[in-house]
Amino acid sequence: MAQAKPKIVFDPWNDPKAKPLIECRGITKRFGDFTAIDNIDLNIYEREFFALLGPSGCGKTTLMRMLAGFEAPSEGAITIDGQNVADVPPNKRAVNMMFQSYALFPHLSVWENIAFGLKRERASKERIEERVSEMLRLTRLEKFARRKPHQISGGQRQRVALARSLAKAPKLLLLDEPLGALDKKLRQDTQFELMDIQERTGTTFVIVTHDQEEAMTVASRVAVMNNGVIMQVATPADIYEQPNSVYVADFIGDVNILEGNASPGPDGPENAVQIHYAEGEPPVRAVANAPIAQGSRVSYAIRPEKISVGFEPDPDRANHAQGRVIDIAYLGNVSTYRVELPGGKVISATMTNARRLERRAFTWEDEVWLSWTQTAGIVLES
Amino acid sequence: MNKRLSWFNVTSLTLGFAFLYLPMLILIIYSFNASKLVTVWAGFSTRWYVELFHDQPFLDAAWVTLKVAVSSSTLATILGTMAAIVMVRMGRFRGRTLFSGMIYAPLVMPDVITGLSLLLLFIAIGLDRGVFTIMLAHTTFSMCYVSVVVSSRLMTFDHSLEEAALDLGASPFESFRLVTLPIILPAVVSGWLLAFTLSLDDLVIASFTTGPSATTLPMKIFSAVRLGVSPEINALSTLMISVVAIGVISASLISKRAIIRQRREEQEGGRA
Amino acid sequence: MNLRRFILIAVPYLWLVALFLVPFLIVVKISFSSAAISMPPYTPTFSLTQGWAGIENFFSQLSVDNFVFLTQDDLYWKAYLSSLQIAAISTVLTLIVAYPMAYGMARAPDEWRPTLLMLVILPFWTSFLIRVYSWMGIISDQGLLNQFLMWLGIIAEPLHIMNTSKAVYLGIVYTYLPFMILPIYAALEKMDDSLGEAAVDLGASRLSSFWLVTVPMSRPGVIAGCFLVFIPAIGEYVIPQLLGGSNTLMIGKVLWTEFFSNADWPLASSVAVVLLLILIIPIMLFQRNQQKNEEAGR
Repeated sequence: MAQAKPKIVFDPWNDPKAKPLIECRGITKRFGDFTAIDNIDLNIYEREFFALLGPSGCGKTTLMRMLAGFEAPSEGAITIDGQNVADVPPNKRAVNMMFQSYALFPHLSVWENIAFGLKRERASKERIEERVSEMLRLTRLEKFARRKPHQISGGQRQRVALARSLAKAPKLLLLDEPLGALDKKLRQDTQFELMDIQERTGTTFVIVTHDQEEAMTVASRVAVMNNGVIMQVATPADIYEQPNSVYVADFIGDVNILEGNASPGPDGPENAVQIHYAEGEPPVRAVANAPIAQGSRVSYAIRPEKISVGFEPDPDRANHAQGRVIDIAYLGNVSTYRVELPGGKVISATMTNARRLERRAFTWEDEVWLSWTQTAGIVLES
Repeated sequence: MNKRLSWFNVTSLTLGFAFLYLPMLILIIYSFNASKLVTVWAGFSTRWYVELFHDQPFLDAAWVTLKVAVSSSTLATILGTMAAIVMVRMGRFRGRTLFSGMIYAPLVMPDVITGLSLLLLFIAIGLDRGVFTIMLAHTTFSMCYVSVVVSSRLMTFDHSLEEAALDLGASPFESFRLVTLPIILPAVVSGWLLAFTLSLDDLVIASFTTGPSATTLPMKIFSAVRLGVSPEINALSTLMISVVAIGVISASLISKRAIIRQRREEQEGGRA
Repeated sequence: MNLRRFILIAVPYLWLVALFLVPFLIVVKISFSSAAISMPPYTPTFSLTQGWAGIENFFSQLSVDNFVFLTQDDLYWKAYLSSLQIAAISTVLTLIVAYPMAYGMARAPDEWRPTLLMLVILPFWTSFLIRVYSWMGIISDQGLLNQFLMWLGIIAEPLHIMNTSKAVYLGIVYTYLPFMILPIYAALEKMDDSLGEAAVDLGASRLSSFWLVTVPMSRPGVIAGCFLVFIPAIGEYVIPQLLGGSNTLMIGKVLWTEFFSNADWPLASSVAVVLLLILIIPIMLFQRNQQKNEEAGR
């Protein structure tokens, strides 16, 4: 996960004195009988690169359209920079949006597209000239200023859309699946370009995406949404390492979920628990975030890369399970093994292919040992 | 892919187009006939054209027709475009079903009924019949055609373009003027042309809704040809066919060139 | 914002109510009135100045006499039937002429198609009246067709086409041909060529591949085209008037005569109302067909 700001810690959300740029209080949006957004509270701070992540239909686009002013909340209030925006129409908001389809005006040139917003605020000719050239430079589009949108490539169109929405220097830029129409390679390059532009302009970005990798790459914080509810808001690292629910753990990356009854102890650190997940297997030893009552039903989430595979159990690790390799997926840098335990439960484990011509260590039908540490997984109360 | 035409296709196309165009071709040829007897060729002459241009009632009728066609098609374009926006963009409102019914019904209504009903209305409210009432009648039925043409364009129009304009600070009216209208303009223009042609062409509705003061060209033609073929009408028809043919052919050449230019630009864009 | 929306809806709405709906209701109302020698030539007239009593009086005088009369005088139901018959026969004839043309166009090389399409649309822009008129000099008894055929020696006596229903069929086929060609062409053009090739590949002969693949694929276009010809042909006035002479009976002509020559407004109105009732069935079928196509297209 590329984190672009290693020098100073940027975490206004941990600072109780910081004032959020956007505050959503109890936002609900209904379309007829359907509740698209269900009582959401959310703070987004200045200079943040904030991602709304979720499957299609989860309400993320509706939330964004409410920030832009195209939809009005059924209940609750949105304040932007301290001002309640309930009665402010989209054309009067200091918020700009980059549309999923880019929505470039087909009858206007690239230059005229970028100048459109500036002309609407009756900026002077010189100011428009200067600002448009600046935007063209920023997005490396100088050569294409006179072209019409249908005369440039998809990647260039994406940059025109970005330049157009940044031209008015909005306080907040909303990006609706900005990279959805690009192919994979171009998408990765563009992600870094977006982050670079966000940092240089100091604009607050809110991006809507269904692509978890994209959200994790670009965002300072990610809100995972499902069925109109925000499941978790946290930094990408926390979302990945400290998911607060099975849904979030499962949505972000690959994960093994083991369900079972918990019992405290028997020894080790505070909140240590044992989880009895299968008949005939030793319980998983884990550490919970809070005390767990005896016998309560819990889910245990562990990432495949936290589990090692070996012919012998690893004595340094607290948890072991023996099983049979049923599938191997070779992905170049890593290989993922699917191992079936005697009870039928299948667990995935990922190993890095560190050496180029490794002697093939494990193959199908091999009996192997899986080992992982006590703190490798997360205990989630169901 | 093998796209060579078989002899069957060539024959059917040749016969078909001969059927479509021969009658008009014969009409054009005989408009230059010197004889008053339309079925006997008596040498080349332009006398019917000369007579046509000295026939004052015909010229008056042509003037009335043109006035009605220009004013009704312009008004119909405005109303029809508004109706199209209402149909495509305004979502639900009370009476929407009735509205869409009133847009589509005139398209299938026989002319005799439309004409009859409008005449009865004009009599009921005591409106003097003439150019103005024909104009009202033509506006009413052609606005429905315009709205069908424009709304089919609006339906394929990406709604986010308008939202983008609003988002960039344009007022709703500016967003219509600067974004929507330029993009749907070709459809609006073809709607106007359609309305204009329908008005030029209409005999039945105009006959019902006019008064003694106004006679349109189709009415004049109709009363002349009821009695049989007339060389003067042949000359008039030739003029009308030529105007339309020149208009349609040049319009299609212009759009063809525009397409070629656009393709070339796209190729250049692709190379860059 | 809401005022703008209101004006945008209200202007075309009120226009259509005033100049389409109200006139139509007037026709319905007058169709229930009786003819009278006065101006306007019917009773009762509607007047709000008499208050409630006036309204009551108005309704008590309405009658269905006109409709009863329509069923009694066989002129009318014969006219309706012959309109339907002429429209149906002409529709079939139009289909027979149009299908090979649409098929040939859809099969033509790509670079020809815009030109062919333009050639089909071009007559649509020229005056309907002139197109009907252009046949008068050809099919009359001393017309060019008879002159030509007699010169060839195929016939000795001139064919009587003018002022018969044959001339009306010809006129309808000629003027409505583009309405039939265009939807069929649209359906055939969308068709993937490889479908026919696949049928031949699977052992069908060229003819059976045409029957089993091409014809079913073009069916939506054929149906749409037939309605587009059939519906307006029923109410046609100009073609029977100019080409059909006094022998052809069509309801549009009857309505015109009833109104202009006999000045029987109530009867003309009831003729119109019944004509509309007859038209509603094919119109509804057409609408359903279009909706089905649209849904299938999605």
